[in-house]
Amino acid sequence: MIRLRNHPVPPAAPEPGDVLAEAEGLSVRLGAREVLADVDIAVRAGEVLALVGPNGAGKSTLLSALAADLPPTAGTVRIHGRPAPSWSAPELALRRAVLPQSASLSFPFTVEEVVRMGRAPWAAARPEDDDAIVAEAMAATEVTGFAARPFSALSGGERARVALARVLAQRAPLLMLDEPTAALDLRHQELVLRLCRARARAGDAVVVVVHDLGLAAAHAHRVAVLRGGRVAADGPPEEVFTERLLSEVYDQPVEVFPHPRTGAVLVLPDRGGPVSA
Amino acid sequence: MSVLEKTVREAPSPKAERPARRRGTAWLLTAGLVAALLVLVPVAAGTGAYPVPVGDVLASVQHRLGLGGTELDRVADSVLWNVRFPRIVLALLVGASLGCAGALMQGVFGNPLAEPGVIGVSSGAAVGAVAAIALGLDFLGTWTVSVLAFFAGLVTVLLVYAMSRSGGRTEVVTLILTGIAVNAFAGALIGLFLFFADTAAVNQITFWQLGSLSQATWPKVLAVLPCAVLGLAVAPLYARRLDLLALGERPARHLGVDVERLRIVLVLVIALLTAAAVSVSGIIGFVGLVVPHLLRMAAGPGHRFLLPGSALLGALVLLAADLTARTVAEPAELPLGVLTALIGSPFFFWLLRRTRRRQGGWA
Repeated sequence: MIRLRNHPVPPAAPEPGDVLAEAEGLSVRLGAREVLADVDIAVRAGEVLALVGPNGAGKSTLLSALAADLPPTAGTVRIHGRPAPSWSAPELALRRAVLPQSASLSFPFTVEEVVRMGRAPWAAARPEDDDAIVAEAMAATEVTGFAARPFSALSGGERARVALARVLAQRAPLLMLDEPTAALDLRHQELVLRLCRARARAGDAVVVVVHDLGLAAAHAHRVAVLRGGRVAADGPPEEVFTERLLSEVYDQPVEVFPHPRTGAVLVLPDRGGPVSA
Repeated sequence: MSVLEKTVREAPSPKAERPARRRGTAWLLTAGLVAALLVLVPVAAGTGAYPVPVGDVLASVQHRLGLGGTELDRVADSVLWNVRFPRIVLALLVGASLGCAGALMQGVFGNPLAEPGVIGVSSGAAVGAVAAIALGLDFLGTWTVSVLAFFAGLVTVLLVYAMSRSGGRTEVVTLILTGIAVNAFAGALIGLFLFFADTAAVNQITFWQLGSLSQATWPKVLAVLPCAVLGLAVAPLYARRLDLLALGERPARHLGVDVERLRIVLVLVIALLTAAAVSVSGIIGFVGLVVPHLLRMAAGPGHRFLLPGSALLGALVLLAADLTARTVAEPAELPLGVLTALIGSPFFFWLLRRTRRRQGGWA
């Protein structure tokens, strides 16, 4: 295998609470449109941060900016304490893993080959435990059963899980997932967010864009609600998810109430009175 | 989705044994290709209007290498070393360059239909070569044609690349249409040079345009050797990164690939290889398309095997094609480009159909 140049040095394991990615006064302009304006946000080791908000609020753009994909028009993005542009691509690959919104592949690689691609950043560092890590990532996302099938033959939900397995196999302390649950069934949505929590418990920082507020409330330690490119609220879900805020942000009446048995926060659109028979 | 597809999808598959089998297939194929080349080279050297027994061919090679063997009589020796061998070496170099350039191009464009001939890089390089022939340029000696072909080819790849990609991928339709436009423009430029060229140059260009190795000489071998060897040596170093590029540009960058740098290097390598092939043999189409496809079907899309494998199979295919071209209609000689196009075009057509079926029509 070809070494990536300059032997990038793997990061030290982060302490819980370390800020692994942060934006300060971040603004991003795409074309003429200001997609993000003056955003401050921090992603800490040991917690799952959910980015929620209506379509076009700038969630994916914020994720891309935090992942050092998009240059800010104003403000700074720091990854592992250093300004994002000062890292090289191989160094960044050891520090953050990114799950794109849609996974595609130009050639018919098998599922296992795709997951193994996640190990590429470590080629120079420690290739010996690759097989175990790949197997573990495939087991965690329940894709081991079709490891030998070509990626192009999979359904949308299966592809999404394979892409997630690749991201997990990268073993970066900062995980950035753009709508990992969009194509998944109920069971696998839960599985993915449980995985996020497990990674956070193990000391990683996880940022995840989700649309399902119930999922966010149940699994995220912290949620940031975006509206029109600004952070409308940022805090634990039980504090942030209020009927007033959500109804206003989504421009749709929303009910927030405790689960009758567990007391967990539930969020549902307010559909008016009982439907008449 | 068809019922068949559905059953395939739901069928339980045996646990990951396929990648291991693929690696085995890759080694087997490599060994097979090398063996086939070792057989075909002496056979091709012995076959022709003046037949030389294969035993004599081997003996002569041995003699030249100073490993014993016997010297042949003057005529046989001359036929072998001044006519056949330069042609064989040239066929190997051109075939390897075309095969490898095709595999690289498909990887860089993220599109299995990319090929130097299809997207017009060959014609672009041809413009440079034709300019050198028509204007009688020789400021760089034997390398003039190659160097001009390289720069013209480079400009063409950059142009096609810039025009046909969006978001790290190339739509099939965009790619093919760009190819049509580039081919048309390059054709016009070649026509213009023909218009200004004298009769001798016109004859030379017309024949050369059909794609042929019949003008092979050692100086010509020397003229393409640096381009071909450099390109073939550099390409496999980027195999791993090309695999990652299949995920798309952003995911490749997330995995530590310096995508911009990768693109620049590979575009240069593609231009080198295409120029190496075009400057001596004219436009020989479809080798770069058919060869990587066959290998991908047999051993999977991993570039660590695909790049060197395409070079090997390309060399083998072109040597076999050239042997056919010069023996099938003896004493006349079929232009090599015509032969490869006869076989390659239907294959391309089949690929187009298959791609369209998979995508459910062109957008």
